Amino acid sequence: MELLNHKSEIQFMGQRKFWLILSLTLVLISFASLIFRGLNFGVDFTGGLLMEVSFDKSVDLQALRTDLAEAGYADAQVQSFGGANEALIRMLPRDETNSTDQGNALLKVLHEIDSSAQLRRTEFVGPQVGRELAEKGGTALIFTLLMIMVYVMFRFQWKFAVGAVVALIHDVVITVGVFSVLHLPFDLTVIAALLAVIGYSLNDTIVVFDRIRENFKKIRGGDVVSITNLSINETLGRTINTSMTVLIVVVVLFFFGGDALRGFSAALIIGVVVGTYSSIYVASALVLALGLTREDLLVDKKIEDDGQP
Amino acid sequence: MNQNSVWTVLLVVGVVAIGTLLALPNLFGKAPSVQVTRDDGAKLTDEDRSQVSAFLDTASVPYLDSYVEGGWLIVQFASAADQSGASKVLREGLGKGFVVALTLSPRMPAWMRALGMNALSLGLDLRGGVHLLFEVDMDAAITQRLDMIGNDINRRLREERIRRNVRVVDNEVRVRVGDPADLERAEELVRESDDPYDVRRSVIAGEDQLVIRLTDDQVRERQDFAIEQNTVTMRNRVNALGVSEPIVQRQGVNRIVVQLPGVDDPSQAERILDATATLEFRLVCDGENAFDAQRRGRPPLGCELFTDRQGQPVLLKRGAIVTGDQLVDASQGFSEGAPAVLVSLDSRGADEMLRTTRENVGKPMAVLFVEQKREMVQRDGKEVPVTRTEREVINVATIQGVFSSRFQITGLDVVEARDLSLLLRAGALSAPVYKVEERTIGPSLGQDNINRGFMAVLIGVLAVMIYMAVYYKVFGLIANIAVIMNVILLVAIMSVLGASLTLPGIAGIVLTVGMAVDSNVLIFERIREELRNGNSPQASIHAGYEKAFATITDSNITTLIAGLVLFAFGTGPIKGFAITLSVGILTSMFTSVVGSRVLVNWIYGGRQVKRLPI
Repeated sequence: MELLNHKSEIQFMGQRKFWLILSLTLVLISFASLIFRGLNFGVDFTGGLLMEVSFDKSVDLQALRTDLAEAGYADAQVQSFGGANEALIRMLPRDETNSTDQGNALLKVLHEIDSSAQLRRTEFVGPQVGRELAEKGGTALIFTLLMIMVYVMFRFQWKFAVGAVVALIHDVVITVGVFSVLHLPFDLTVIAALLAVIGYSLNDTIVVFDRIRENFKKIRGGDVVSITNLSINETLGRTINTSMTVLIVVVVLFFFGGDALRGFSAALIIGVVVGTYSSIYVASALVLALGLTREDLLVDKKIEDDGQP
Repeated sequence: MNQNSVWTVLLVVGVVAIGTLLALPNLFGKAPSVQVTRDDGAKLTDEDRSQVSAFLDTASVPYLDSYVEGGWLIVQFASAADQSGASKVLREGLGKGFVVALTLSPRMPAWMRALGMNALSLGLDLRGGVHLLFEVDMDAAITQRLDMIGNDINRRLREERIRRNVRVVDNEVRVRVGDPADLERAEELVRESDDPYDVRRSVIAGEDQLVIRLTDDQVRERQDFAIEQNTVTMRNRVNALGVSEPIVQRQGVNRIVVQLPGVDDPSQAERILDATATLEFRLVCDGENAFDAQRRGRPPLGCELFTDRQGQPVLLKRGAIVTGDQLVDASQGFSEGAPAVLVSLDSRGADEMLRTTRENVGKPMAVLFVEQKREMVQRDGKEVPVTRTEREVINVATIQGVFSSRFQITGLDVVEARDLSLLLRAGALSAPVYKVEERTIGPSLGQDNINRGFMAVLIGVLAVMIYMAVYYKVFGLIANIAVIMNVILLVAIMSVLGASLTLPGIAGIVLTVGMAVDSNVLIFERIREELRNGNSPQASIHAGYEKAFATITDSNITTLIAGLVLFAFGTGPIKGFAITLSVGILTSMFTSVVGSRVLVNWIYGGRQVKRLPI
């Protein structure tokens, strides 16, 4: 079976201006949303207390809110989570004397409201730790991008490295942008997913780059744009196909992995889709925009000698 | 063409066989178990095992199996009810010296255990438990050190009869002398001390004073000591709590991470872990009126004013006879029907106690409960942590006779007596700690996570396999076999590494499955291309594998980079994801390139093939 006509000759690079403008627009929308709407940061980053509680019967969230407010927890956010019997309660760090007892106090109040209240999960993160986790997450993203840039530079050439990394930043920004627009909760697992997206999205890009290099050697003559276009077309089946298999598993994770993995799998779904698009339309177009020439790939003796496909 | 070499076949068969064997213990699941250890760290023997069996038989609690491993005794049960029943029986039966903890142990057959094989351990998010992160109050550690230095200087100057005023202000000790002529001598005395402090003269409030500071090295040394010592104390406390497979380790410069699997009530653990409670024994200022002192707001010379548990004022002499760090053992018990803590002192404490009681028979002595509490206060609009020391007289008793090393303390309720004896036994924290992060997963959520994770793996793997089989026919089936090999190898390596499986870790396995077929897709697409270019099936297979290899390496290495960075930066469950992802990439390179090639060669190699079902 084949999803695509293997003789596809889509003029990806011919329309590259259009796609670059589209990507630029998406990135700008993402930035605008990040600035004006912000991210729905989880407790991991804001600090505070999160408590998942289950009850015997289905919860009336409005009543629970009122009860908690009466007990002095007017600032508690109550939302549904998991099944109808569960509720998620979230509070920012409190100014009261002993913040460590906050969780125990809240649980006691919940027990008074409904004796069947059972603790499923608590997360307490001090404001200091929250800031650190956010910093660490950001550092990890930047560090990964840098290492990938060095690797691609070493294996290919700097124009490819810049093209690949800019495409990756594009993927991350748009994925985070979607989280901002849809107001999806952004926590540590999402950062992990973003790193996986970076590692994965690059796969497709590398495959295209490999093919461009191979075709430059194989096809004498032929301009840079048409060789790039040919390479993308030749690898298209593979690009779509591997994205499909990964997409299958992350969609399965999204629906069957439970609430704890929902943000994680959502980030992967968005990231894989955007990453596949950018491997086809953005990365190579950027390399062309940087002025790729035949010499860029043939000068390097080492690459010519190692029998690359 | 495309014939397997004997070595490649042996390699693949060998790796898969060993992998399957090592992954096998995971098939048997986990049994609710009780782990028995000795609190002095001595190893348990088969003798202990038969004793434990006897206890369980007498109480008619059924158990499945028991064995000694690494000096621990593990007893497995069919149900959680039997497990908790047994832990109660054993706690009572074995008594002091043994720690009984609830745990999960792999239900694998004895011969696997004998081979030293291991099953994956479950992370906190899958089995339930508490993750705590404490920060050590470094400022308090330094202040404590300065207090000690101040006391020492005070003593030296007193011995030389120099009138002085010694105070700890901010990060320094300030010494004012009554007579400016004594300043020279005082400085000499201060400089004589064992540690070369940073001593200088400084004019404060128009007066020449001595200012003593810790050098940078001394500050660092003190901080290092504080965190190391606190880690040890916390480990002792965790052990006394009876938790199996706990983790207590230093993290970074000033943090301690504590993980307690299976603990579902964090409040008790926390109360014990971050408590800085200790005791002081002091003589009561006899003959002075405490109420007068309270009204005047000023205690008589040589006395200090405290309150007891009823809020009544009590005057105690300055200077403790014995402090908590001189206690060597403490246990909970009863004295005349009231809860009591039975304590033993070390020799220095015992000597001191003997001397004091001999001189003070018939006079009252008090036990002072000292606890450091940490609070957040608003200062300049910002929240800052402040450590406050609370002292409370828990008991005043008349010294009936001379005693030295062993005695008992009453005046506490049962829970207090239990907590205090545990705290005294485990040692004091050298600096206060406060919680900066807590994550608790209830046992029901843990089980849900396991079920969901398992479901996701199953559906994910099946969906990918169906897709591959439809898309690539026979070659798709070969890729599917490679995927199964990959999961087996991944589980085997994780089991051998002793890594624990977390929910993100399971997500990592699912993701690896999706990515592992990536390599096969690359190869198969390449083979299709070669076929389209008019090459023979055999040549196409050969070229497909050959030419795709460099691309596979490149694309996998970049994912590996992301995995390794994640491992370096991530904590807890995220680390679990990083491990499965990284290991999965490595195993998938083997199974999808080498493993699938052996299968392809075995089916199509060395014979006439007209068409490839791809």
